[in-house]
Amino acid sequence: MNFQDIIFYTFAAILVVSALGVITVRNPVYSALLLVVAFITCAGLWLLLEAEFLAITLVLVYVGAVMVLFLFVVMMLDINLDRLREGFWKWFPFGALIALIMVGEMSMVLMGRYFGLEEMPTPSPQDADYSNTRELGRLIYTDYVYAFELAAVLLLVAMVAAIALTLRHREDKKSPNPSKQIQVKKEDRLRIVAIPSEKKE
Amino acid sequence: MEYIQQQFIQIFGTEWGSSLFSLTTNMMFILAIVVPLLLCVAYLTFAERKIIAYMQIRVGPNRVTFFGIPWLRGWGQPIADAVKAIMKEIVIPTGANKFLFILAPVLTIMPALAAWAVIPFSPELVLADINAGLLYILAMTSMGIYGIVIAGWASNSKYAFLGAMRSAAQVVSYELAMGFALVCVLMMSQSLNLGDIVNGQQGGSLLNWYLIPLFPMFLVYLISGVAETNRAPFDVAEGESEIVAGFHVDYSGMAFTVFFLAEYSNMILVAALTSIMFLGGWLPPIDMAPFTWIPGFVWLLLKIAFILFFFLWFRATFPRYRYDQIMRLGWKIFIPITLVWIVLLGVIMQLPESIRDSFPLNVWF
Repeated sequence: MNFQDIIFYTFAAILVVSALGVITVRNPVYSALLLVVAFITCAGLWLLLEAEFLAITLVLVYVGAVMVLFLFVVMMLDINLDRLREGFWKWFPFGALIALIMVGEMSMVLMGRYFGLEEMPTPSPQDADYSNTRELGRLIYTDYVYAFELAAVLLLVAMVAAIALTLRHREDKKSPNPSKQIQVKKEDRLRIVAIPSEKKE
Repeated sequence: MEYIQQQFIQIFGTEWGSSLFSLTTNMMFILAIVVPLLLCVAYLTFAERKIIAYMQIRVGPNRVTFFGIPWLRGWGQPIADAVKAIMKEIVIPTGANKFLFILAPVLTIMPALAAWAVIPFSPELVLADINAGLLYILAMTSMGIYGIVIAGWASNSKYAFLGAMRSAAQVVSYELAMGFALVCVLMMSQSLNLGDIVNGQQGGSLLNWYLIPLFPMFLVYLISGVAETNRAPFDVAEGESEIVAGFHVDYSGMAFTVFFLAEYSNMILVAALTSIMFLGGWLPPIDMAPFTWIPGFVWLLLKIAFILFFFLWFRATFPRYRYDQIMRLGWKIFIPITLVWIVLLGVIMQLPESIRDSFPLNVWF
């Protein structure tokens, strides 16, 4: 066992424990925070696999943006735990199906020997000036450009839909218009009147 | 160095020896960055108090001195403040979530210090010379928000919670504009490595710095940086006139000071990044004799100090933004500007050489 193995097993242990914590902890805020820990350790594992672009993007997108919004919502809601558990048995078959698929997939990876996965050659380690980001960018914009554009359009549609669902114009609502406010000149608001000063008799 | 490495290999064996050796040296490099950084933070607070005082025609701290030396009056102030903060009690409110309450300041300062790992101080002087340096910086700065949100929630106080909510919304919005501004830098330098970004600005004088072709992005980045660090005029997260002190209203003693340290080290970080990406990092302004005598490290420090002065100047000059105006500036002004600039830059980069050369005053290539 060398140094890298120790790092791997430490990260893997933290990842498994925190992932278990996400679904077992009662407090939803702790649950969200444990998911953050899981993401960060997962990024660490990806770094060990020399996938530095994916690892940093995972932290940037999921930890930096998605989970912040999650936490934001979870903290604002006064979550009633009993009501959360209501639908447990109703959704249990669906969850069990997903768990079964995941178990199947993982066993295919773990028992790869029996499925002939070992015929795939081990990727050779890249030299120091190999840029993961550059290679990924080249692939996305050449070989997989249509799939990539399709995904982008899909995300855009989802974004527009989310805004369209929440956007309502109310006629009776009053709101300031900053650009109008800025353009106001002294002459628009202020009238200087010359009043003759009173004289003492 | 070689000798020490040999000793390590002799004691721990070949494989473990070199791993432990690199671990030890990296620890020492980290200390060599963090300790001066924290000293800089201490004296940045002093500089802030002095500069704002002079801008408001006051004197500022002028009492605490070392060993009674009269001309050092005021210079002992940050040390005295630190000692006072360490001695004070950390009050934990009864309704607070104790674990998260203590964890929050730690989570705030961790990314603020971790981001310094990839900052190049001179061509060779960088702790981790990684290819995806710019992405790493973005990832680290985006994690700073957790401390604030958790602090607001764990304090179990309405004021703190309001501050945390404001801060979360603000930081997430300005991160977008910041990221797009960095995309422009990335397009110019064609590299995510911070050292390569500085090297891309080489070429004789300050006309080659990215400041000139990317001037709007420089402004967007600087202003977003001020917003990201929750500094005035964007400090609604702690707006003392409305919500007392925002997310850290219930913190005291060293726990409060850690938030303070994180804010100031974030300021220095943003200043360092601005000077690396737009002001040519360690490069001298003119590549000529009197300027090249000064080492690159000093040039970087001078640029950082210059940008930091802006931070303090903003605080002394501008009144606080209203919350809806902050959101408007981030979403409706900065993001459109950056998007237009990205497209424009892409078009110019794709133009054929002959057309590009025929532009007068061509600063792009």
